[in-house]
Amino acid sequence: MTKYFIRRLLIMVPVLAGISLVLFTILALAPGDPFEELAANPNVPREVAQALRHQYGLDDPVAVRYVRWFSAMLKGDWGFSFVSRVNVDTLIMQRLPTSLFVLGSAQLLGLLIALPIGTYSALRPYSLFDQVATTLAFIGFSLPTFFTGLVFILVFSLWLDWLPFIYRADIAATGWRWWWEHARQAAMPVAVLGLFQGATLTRFVRSAVLDVIRLDYVNTARAKGLSEGVTVVKHVIRNALIPVVTLVALQIPGIFTGAVITEQIFRIPGIGSLLISSILANDTPVIMAITFVFSCLVVIFNLLADLLYGWLDPRIAYR
Amino acid sequence: MEERELRASIEQVRVGTLSRRRFVQAMVGLGLTAPMAAQMLASAGVAQAQTKTTYKPTKRGGGGALRVLWWQGATLLNPHFAVGTKDQDGSRIFYEPLAVWDPEGNLVPVLAAEVPSLQNGAVARDGRSVTWKLKKNVQWHDGKPFTADDVVFNWEYAADPASACTTSGTYKEIKVDKVDGHTVKITFPKPTPFWADPFVGVRGMIIPKHLFEGFKGAKSREAPANLKPVGTGPYRFADFKPGDLVKGELNPTYHMPNRPHFDTIEMKGGGDANSAARAVIQTGEYDFAWNLQVEDENLKRMEQGGRGKADITPGGNIEHVQLNNTDPWKDVDGERSSLKTKHPFLTDPAVRQALNLLVDRASVQEQIYGRTGIATANFLNEPKRFNSRNTKYEFNVDKANQILEAAGWKKGGDGIRAKDGVKLKIVYQTSNNPLRQKTQAIVKQAAAKAGIEMELKGVVASVYFSSDVANPDTYTHFYTDIQMYTTTMTQPDPETFMNQFTSWEVATKDNKWQGRNITRWRNEEYDKFFRAAESELDPVKRAALFIKMNDLAIQNIVVIPVVLRPAVAGISNRLKGAEQSGWDSNFWNLENWYRES
Repeated sequence: MTKYFIRRLLIMVPVLAGISLVLFTILALAPGDPFEELAANPNVPREVAQALRHQYGLDDPVAVRYVRWFSAMLKGDWGFSFVSRVNVDTLIMQRLPTSLFVLGSAQLLGLLIALPIGTYSALRPYSLFDQVATTLAFIGFSLPTFFTGLVFILVFSLWLDWLPFIYRADIAATGWRWWWEHARQAAMPVAVLGLFQGATLTRFVRSAVLDVIRLDYVNTARAKGLSEGVTVVKHVIRNALIPVVTLVALQIPGIFTGAVITEQIFRIPGIGSLLISSILANDTPVIMAITFVFSCLVVIFNLLADLLYGWLDPRIAYR
Repeated sequence: MEERELRASIEQVRVGTLSRRRFVQAMVGLGLTAPMAAQMLASAGVAQAQTKTTYKPTKRGGGGALRVLWWQGATLLNPHFAVGTKDQDGSRIFYEPLAVWDPEGNLVPVLAAEVPSLQNGAVARDGRSVTWKLKKNVQWHDGKPFTADDVVFNWEYAADPASACTTSGTYKEIKVDKVDGHTVKITFPKPTPFWADPFVGVRGMIIPKHLFEGFKGAKSREAPANLKPVGTGPYRFADFKPGDLVKGELNPTYHMPNRPHFDTIEMKGGGDANSAARAVIQTGEYDFAWNLQVEDENLKRMEQGGRGKADITPGGNIEHVQLNNTDPWKDVDGERSSLKTKHPFLTDPAVRQALNLLVDRASVQEQIYGRTGIATANFLNEPKRFNSRNTKYEFNVDKANQILEAAGWKKGGDGIRAKDGVKLKIVYQTSNNPLRQKTQAIVKQAAAKAGIEMELKGVVASVYFSSDVANPDTYTHFYTDIQMYTTTMTQPDPETFMNQFTSWEVATKDNKWQGRNITRWRNEEYDKFFRAAESELDPVKRAALFIKMNDLAIQNIVVIPVVLRPAVAGISNRLKGAEQSGWDSNFWNLENWYRES
C-alpha cells in the first residue's frame, strides 16, 4: 500500500511537468498580448509597453521563459499577474474560499438530493416515483448550467424580486444578518450547480443500488429476519456507495472547471471568474497557475479515488 | 469654419446672443473637445462658468452604502499604472488630481486652490510654464499634510522610464519645481498651448510621496501602497480584491465641507454589461453601472421598470470605415499594405465618393444602434447651426452609380464594375460583434446595387485589437481593402487624436505596426497644419487649424464615419449628482454624489 502510494506520487511528477509544458507552449503560441490595451492607447508612449515587456521577460524565447517559470514554481514562486502586478498566489488565495464555499455547498446539495432519491428509485424500479425521478434527472443533467442560471435569475430576481443576482464576497453585516445575506445570495448558484450534480448522481446511485440489491447477501440479510430499513442502510447502501464515492472524488476537479461559467453569470468572485478575466486580459501567469492547479486537482483526486476504492473495498489489492 | 467665423461665435457668446453650452456643443461637433472650447472662451475674456453643484446634504456621512458596478473590475489601484478606465476609476475613489474637467470642459479645482489662467497670471504668456497654487489644510488619509513636495514627487515618479508608468507621456518632457510649500511651477520644453494635462483629470491623480518614495523606478511593483492606497479623496481605503472588489469608507477629514454623503462605497467588478444594466436600471440592486455596451432596445425595456435610467454622454468616439491607400494583396519585402504600393482602385476619388454615398448611416442608427449610435456625416459631428460646406451625409445609390459610370467603371456581365481589368471587389473587415456584422450587411447590400462586390470578414476581437506583430489579422496590419471599428477620443485635447492622419505615424513593418495612421493616407498639407497646431498658442487659431485638418480628412474621404458612440452609464433614479463628464473619469465629481431619501 505505502509502496503503491509512493510509486503513484513519483509518477505524478513527470505527468505534471508534461502538463505544464503543454499548457505553457499553448499559451505562448496563442494570439494576444497582456499589454495590448496599452499599445492601443494613444496617450501611452510606446516605450511603456516595451519597457514592461522587457521587465517581465516577455521578449525572451518561449523555452527560456518556460525554464524560468518552472524553476520558480519549484521554489514555490508562482510569479505575479501582468495585469494587477499582484502575486498570483495572493490572487488565488483571495478567490479560493468563495469557490470552495459555493462548490462545496453545491456538492453537498447534490448528494442530499441524489442519495435518498436514487436509493428509493432503485428499491421500487419502474414505479411511478422512479419514472418521475428518472425523467427529472434526465432533464436536470441535459440542461447546461448557464441556461438554468439565467432562468433562475429571470424567475427569482427579475419576476419575483426575491433574490439578488450579484454575489458579494464581503458582506458588511454581522451575526444573523450576515448568515441570512449569504444564504440569499448563494441560494441560486448553489441550487444551479447542486441540482445539476444531483441529477447526474441520482442516476448513478440508482444503478449502483440496483446492482447490489439483487445480490445474495441481501437476500440472506432479509432471510435472517433483519428489518427492511436495516437491510437497506447497512447492507445495500453501504456497498452501493463504493462506486459512488469514487465518482464523487473524480468529479470534484470537474466541478471546479465546470463552475467557471456559473461564477461568471452570478459574478461570484471565485477561481473560475478569475480564470475568465485573466484569459480575456491575456494574463499568462495567472492563466498558467489556475490551469495548472486544475490539472493538479485532476491528478490528485484520481490518486485519491484509487486509494479510497481500496480502503472501502478490501478485495482490491495494490501492487 | 475659419478662424474669423470662430471669433465671431466667441463674440456672440461674450455678448450673450449665443449660449455658452451651444458654443461648446458646436465645437465638440467640429471634432474639438469641450475643454478646448472652454479654453477658447477663456482666452477671449469670457469668464469661466462656475460649475453648478446641486449638492443638498448638509452634513458629512449618513448616506449608507454606495454600490457601483464595473463589469470589468479594477485590477490595480495605482493611477500611474492604470491601464484602462476601470483602473483609473478605481484609483479615483482614493486619489485626486489638482483639477477635473466638468461636462462643458471647464476646469474645476480639487486639490488646487484656484484654476490657473492668463488673467490671474498663473499661465505664462509664452506658453512655457504654468503655476499651480495648492489648497492648504489637505490631509492624506494617514494624517500627513499634502504639500508641493507630493506634486513634484509625482512628476519624478511618472517621468522615470524604469517605473514604466502609463502616465509617462504626460510627464516625461516637462519639469516641475516647488515654488513654496503650496505652489508648484510646471515648465514645458516648448510653447505648449494645452497646459492643463499634467496633474489634471485621469492622468493627474497625485500619490503620496512619503509612501512611494522608496519605490521609484524598477522597484515600483513592490510598493505596499499599490494595493492599499492612501490618498486625499472622499473615501479611505477599506478592501481590494483585483478584478472583483474595491471598497472604501468615508474619509472623516475630507477637505470639502459636508462631503462625502455615503458611509461606504463598493465597486464591484465582473460579469457582463447586460446584467450590469439590469442590476441598476431594472432591479435597483446597484446605484451606478459603467460603460453599458448594451443594445438600446434592451436598455429601453429595462427602463420601463422605473428604477433607473441610461445616462448617455456624447463624446468623440466614432465608429468609422477606413479605406486602404495601399495594396493589401501585394507582398513587398515581407509586408502587405506597404507604403511602396498603391491601392488598385481605392485611390480613385470616384470610388471613394461612391463608397461614401453607399453607407446608409440613417438605417444603421435606426435599425441597429438607437440612442447608442448617432449617425454622422463626418469625422466631426456637425450641429446644424455650424454647418460648413462639406458636412452633409447622404445615402444615394443612384448618385454612386452615376459617379462610377462617369469615372469609367463599367458593369461587366456579372454585374460587377470594372475598369482596365480591375474589378471593384472589396474585402470588408471588422471585429466579431453582432452590431458590426449587421452594419456590414447593410453596407454590402447597398454596394451590390452599385456594382461593387463586398466580401465580409469578421475577426475575433481579441485578435483584431491585439498588437501581435505576427498576426496579419490585427487592425493595424490592415491587410484588407476596407475595415471598420471605433476610434476613441476621450483626451481633453484633440492633438493626440488628430495625429492618426499624419504621415510619420503610418503603421508599417518597421514600427511593428504600432503607428497610429492605419489608412496610410499621407498629405503634406495635413502634416503642415498639424505641426503648426502643435505650437500655436492662440486657442482660436489652433482650433481653426484642427478644423482644417478635419476638413482635409473628410474631403479626401480618408475615412467614412458611420455613427458616434456616446458613453452610456446606468444611474439609479435615487442617485443624484452623478452626471458624467465625458472628458474625465466616471468619478470626476464623486464627492458630490448623494442619494435622495
